[in-house]
Amino acid sequence: MAKVEVDAPPKGGFSFDLCRRNDMLSKKGVKPPSYLKTGTTIVGLIFQDGVILGADTRATEGPIVADKNCEKIHYMAPNIYCCGAGTAADTEAVTDTISSQLKLHRYHTGRESRVVTALTLLKSHLFRYQGHVSAALVLGGVDVTGPHLHTIYPHGSTDTLPFATMGSGSLAAMAVFESKYHEGLSKDEGVKLVCEAICSGIFNDLGSGSNVDICVITKGQKEYLRNHLSPNPRTYVSSKGYTFTKKTEVLLTKITPLKKLVDVIEGGDAMEE
Amino acid sequence: MSIFEYNGSALVAMVGKNCFAIASDRRLGVQLQTVATDFQRIFKIHDKLFVGLSGLATDAQTLYQRLVFRHKLYQLREERDMKPETFASLVSAILYEKRFGPYFCQPVIAGLGDEDKPFICTMDSIGAKELAKDFVVAGTASESLYGACESMFKPDMEPEELFETISQALLSSVDRDCLSGWGGHVYVVTPTEVTERILKGRMD
Repeated sequence: MAKVEVDAPPKGGFSFDLCRRNDMLSKKGVKPPSYLKTGTTIVGLIFQDGVILGADTRATEGPIVADKNCEKIHYMAPNIYCCGAGTAADTEAVTDTISSQLKLHRYHTGRESRVVTALTLLKSHLFRYQGHVSAALVLGGVDVTGPHLHTIYPHGSTDTLPFATMGSGSLAAMAVFESKYHEGLSKDEGVKLVCEAICSGIFNDLGSGSNVDICVITKGQKEYLRNHLSPNPRTYVSSKGYTFTKKTEVLLTKITPLKKLVDVIEGGDAMEE
Repeated sequence: MSIFEYNGSALVAMVGKNCFAIASDRRLGVQLQTVATDFQRIFKIHDKLFVGLSGLATDAQTLYQRLVFRHKLYQLREERDMKPETFASLVSAILYEKRFGPYFCQPVIAGLGDEDKPFICTMDSIGAKELAKDFVVAGTASESLYGACESMFKPDMEPEELFETISQALLSSVDRDCLSGWGGHVYVVTPTEVTERILKGRMD
């Protein structure tokens, strides 16, 4: 019998088939949509035995806070993490694709990924799209050649720094780093300084807010501290909650019971011959 | 005018105790003129997974067809239904593929996952996932929905209370939005049954 094969349509790369239509719409004066942004404060620094990355947790869409507790420190490899600022979909997609490329590379070579490998993959991806993939990244990790910290701009240029900040809160955070950073920080001092820099972004930059996420990477281990600090808890919550006096008017109700899955009994009675 | 305001829509999903609810308005308009008052924006993918598509109605329907197609291929190959988390990644990938010429759609995904754990999620039109533990909103009424849900929502509601909360949040929000309204469509899904209700709302 012929093999029945069902396949998804071929995949890979971007599809541009709606561009003409969307262009026609925008020429008619229809505004294109705004995207989810992470108007962010992200930072990183090198301390005596590794790298610390930090981020706030606010995602915005224009002036609206779309997510109060989002994750901006993305996984790249077990020893490499990456903070993302800019268009949320782009930072998410770019870190995910490169992280999978790194994993395949690890299977191929059987060695731990290096930070420069991640850096080169990221910058060549971003350069290829000439800044249209708007991701601003802080990449940090520890590999065989020691701790590394880089910043990557949306057009594909990179910096190698002992301490770095990115996003709309970068100035507020950099002010803290410039006045207090020094070489050979201990882990506790480093975490405290990163917290302070992020908090400076949270309180002085309107695009950043909510909590502080931190990731400490040292030789052979990492510590992901999700919501390490929550300086903005919700205030005035009613203990009783909200109750409604008048019921909503329902015009039609349809209840569909869900079928229970059949229980399969292992080794039941044998059939009669 | 933004393209999201062409047809008008309001979508909201909430999590309860081992259940979830997803609700939308019923209006389809062409800017300020109402064309239909029984429009479907919430679609069933399988018994325990629903997707709501806000934004431009033509794109919502095209996208729905592509999603159903991909889910059916998955069912044929894997002989099981998709988990909500998997489905969210699929929607995100389909939307991000069109990064530079997007569908003008903001999806809301709600489903029951492993051991009937509720899952809700929303995205922007290019597939940036926003996972939430409590509620998600989308559409032209999203700003008022944020406010209403923020004050009305409480954790671990039973299905009946969840229905009342999501309905009140939806109805009060669409009353402050010209482009959405004309009643609501509410699905409350528990591990044992799906309850679909049509709400009466203001007709102006």
